[in-house]
Amino acid sequence: MMNCIIHITLALVMPPLLLGVIGKTKAAFAGRVGAPFLQPYFDIYRLLRKGTVFSTTTSWVFRAGPIVALSTTAVAALLVPFGAHPSPISFNGDMILYAYLFALGRFFTMAAALDTGSSFEGMGSAREATYSCLAEPTLFFALITLSRLSSSTTLTGMLSNVSGGAWLYAGASLLLLVGGMFIVLLSENCRIPFDDPNTHLELTMIHEVMVLDHSGPAFALIQYGASMKLFVLGAFFIQLALPFATGNPLADWGVFICSMLLLAIVIGVVESVMARLRLVRVPQLLVAATILAAFSTLLVIR
Amino acid sequence: MAQELFAPSTLIFSAILLAAFSGTPLLFSSARHAARAQLLSVILMILSSVSGVAGAVAFLINGHSTLFEISWSLPFGPVQLGVDSLSAWFLLPIFGITGCAALYARSYWHADHHPATVRPMTFFFGVMTASMGGVVLARDAISFLFAWEIMALAAFFLVSTENEKPEVREAGTLYMITTHTGTLGLFALFPLLHLLTGSWLFPPPLTLTASPGIPSVVFLAALFAFGLKAGIMPFHIWLPSAHANAPSHVSAAMSGVILKIGVYGLIRTLSFFHGVPLWWGGTVLLLGVVSGVIGVAFAIGQHDLKRLLAYHSIENIGIIFMGVGVALLGQTVGSEPMMLLGMAGALLHVINHALFKALLFLGAGSVIHATGTREIDLLGGVGKNLPLTALLFGIGSVAICGLPPLNGFVSELCIYLGLFHGIQGEGGGAVAVALAIPPLALIGALAVACFVKVYGIIFLGAPRSANHYGQHEAGWQMLVPMLLLGGGCLAIGLAPAGIAGLLQQVSRSVLPEVVGQAGVLLSRLVPLTALSATAVLLLTLSAVLWWWYRRLISGHSGSAPTWGCGYQRPVPRMQYTASSFAEMLIGLFAFALMPERHRTGNMKGLFPGPARLTSHVPEAVLERLYIPALQELYRRFSPIRKMQSGILQQYVLYSLITLIVLLAASYF
Repeated sequence: MMNCIIHITLALVMPPLLLGVIGKTKAAFAGRVGAPFLQPYFDIYRLLRKGTVFSTTTSWVFRAGPIVALSTTAVAALLVPFGAHPSPISFNGDMILYAYLFALGRFFTMAAALDTGSSFEGMGSAREATYSCLAEPTLFFALITLSRLSSSTTLTGMLSNVSGGAWLYAGASLLLLVGGMFIVLLSENCRIPFDDPNTHLELTMIHEVMVLDHSGPAFALIQYGASMKLFVLGAFFIQLALPFATGNPLADWGVFICSMLLLAIVIGVVESVMARLRLVRVPQLLVAATILAAFSTLLVIR
Repeated sequence: MAQELFAPSTLIFSAILLAAFSGTPLLFSSARHAARAQLLSVILMILSSVSGVAGAVAFLINGHSTLFEISWSLPFGPVQLGVDSLSAWFLLPIFGITGCAALYARSYWHADHHPATVRPMTFFFGVMTASMGGVVLARDAISFLFAWEIMALAAFFLVSTENEKPEVREAGTLYMITTHTGTLGLFALFPLLHLLTGSWLFPPPLTLTASPGIPSVVFLAALFAFGLKAGIMPFHIWLPSAHANAPSHVSAAMSGVILKIGVYGLIRTLSFFHGVPLWWGGTVLLLGVVSGVIGVAFAIGQHDLKRLLAYHSIENIGIIFMGVGVALLGQTVGSEPMMLLGMAGALLHVINHALFKALLFLGAGSVIHATGTREIDLLGGVGKNLPLTALLFGIGSVAICGLPPLNGFVSELCIYLGLFHGIQGEGGGAVAVALAIPPLALIGALAVACFVKVYGIIFLGAPRSANHYGQHEAGWQMLVPMLLLGGGCLAIGLAPAGIAGLLQQVSRSVLPEVVGQAGVLLSRLVPLTALSATAVLLLTLSAVLWWWYRRLISGHSGSAPTWGCGYQRPVPRMQYTASSFAEMLIGLFAFALMPERHRTGNMKGLFPGPARLTSHVPEAVLERLYIPALQELYRRFSPIRKMQSGILQQYVLYSLITLIVLLAASYF
């Protein structure tokens, strides 16, 4: 019960902090002091108190977009285990629900973008649709590998099976997965080198373009939802890449929080040292990720 | 007596009779009374629908397989008709969907607006419904073929309802040719079964051994004949044009139900066999994967709304075949969970696809009715004037993408779980299912892309042309069937546990038992209650957020036009179109789709002249594969064509000569 409460609290409170850490890391690389760690919280709070402007072409779908995106991510947060702790909700096939919840959120975000009738947002929506099609098989190859390694069909079962021992036994396969899933993590969360979450005034943008017409509380929900998506997908990735468990419940929560912060720093480093890819390169990298994951599956299934 | 009267089989047979004669009042009515006669026909169809669905449900809940024999002095022995779990399951969409479509037609194809076509259309719609019922009840080859042919011909007349249009005639002809090619497959299938069993009656389930030799040929013939009817790739060529050119409620019935008759035929044939080899399951799974991925890729490229939906039928039939493939592989490797999950997923997807595809075709019909076009790129902002149609079409779109919390997700989850059970095994089966999971995920993602495109371009944004903005909401006779179908999607999505028992019973009736694993329950394999719980959680969370959001913005919101990217006078034509939305994905699948682009005009210099760009995704399999091959055949065989004189007497002579030759042959 206690773990369940901690799980939900962490999922609700911690996500914007990751954005703060990423920002701080990037500032450090650029030689700046940077915004405080808690800046994303202030931003969300400020947006929540603002008014909002709706385009005259929009309908209820436009208003539903941010809400569905956030609620699907929140439900997905209950399905994924945080560190060594099992998830609050776990059942056979929850990994499929996990993947499809994000798809549902995406459906509404993209439809909301088309609802504005702007070609700019239509463009972002088309790109998001295309890239998510390329990212989806990678995630499922990862699920196959994990399911085969653990003989389990729940996220908790699959991910808690990954440990130091599993790395010794199937290290090559897991290493390939970590590579593939990191690419998917970056692309699904619209980070550099796929997308730049800080600007939306360039024609190479994806996610920020789709939400261009959202303002005020709606934009706060979108920002918060995006950070939660990073957190939820990050938790999946962390358990794959850094499967440390101490055995002590409280220490395990500490390990999890540190790992997540470390992940944010790594993302910050990647964003600092890399430039955004040209648009035509993005599908190639995503296909490369799929191939990595497919290799890992073939290694365990043979 | 009353018990006898309301026995499931009585209800089902009376439903078939009601449907068969539902069109007759209209046939004999004068032009003045056509509208009233149509109403009578619709009432008869609804009665048939209620009676058929009630009979099927009653049978599934507590019926015993019944068999009726008509001692007919035909050369092929007695005629047997029967009801069992599998028939009853397929009777649900047959009568459920056609009832909805018939009510819809009352407003969509009203006798006063279509006086010339309403009579044959109503008549053949009833006949088609009855014959589909006949196909699933037939228990011998001859009555099966009779019902099958009546169904195929009735569907042909329905497809060519508007036969004054050349593209409709073309679609009808193509359908006619392909459906009879499929019947040839059945002509091969039944004599081969006769060789195996020595009877024209269908053998009881699991009585034949799937050994190499004749059983393998039976399997291939069934795959060809029923796959063609179901529209599996590469036998799907008739499907897009037929579904696009039929009236929308007919498309709904064809896509929702007739394709499923093909699936029924395949499952029925497979249920005769036990001990199936690996390659049977592998072939069905592979066909499913190819159909699913390529079908949805073709769909993305379409800009005709109904053609697009037709390609999605190919995709969904692919998903159903994947389920059947998993069940077959499960038989080979001896895994009860795989068998049960695969078959249950396939059977549930049969119902689910019937629900949401019929809903989408009826929704498309409402859009066509209101706007006068099915060209997606001419539409836009239709949801403003058709809010209910837009909402229902939205439900159908989410459902067909297989997204939670609607019904498509439940059946896809079953198939996914079957596949995930498969990867725990060893050998070829494990590799086959492992390689089938990512394509299924890809199908889901592509379907999301496609339906965001359809929904976003048609219902959202601003109208793209002044003539097609959608003047009026559909009438109640069109909305009620859509509401029923949408409600069905929601009900199965939110409370799948309600049908788990029935689903398990039907699946078991066609599957062999695995020694030692017989007690596995479907409700233990699929977390149906957990699924309902998370669906409710998701909906509650969204509702709470919605309420909170409304409170936050109340009093603080204004409105303004969409930012026009810096242009001074943005016009609706500048919106992203369906073609531009799909452009990147079509580029990725260009190897299979072979899109065509035509560019005219000069776009060079400081003041370029006018230019035009058109792009189109043709039916590549038909145009690049079949037509060249058939033309080559035509050329090679042209000398033999001299036999085709067109004189009736000469054909009678041919028959006589054939008989004499056969007679002579039998003596040697």
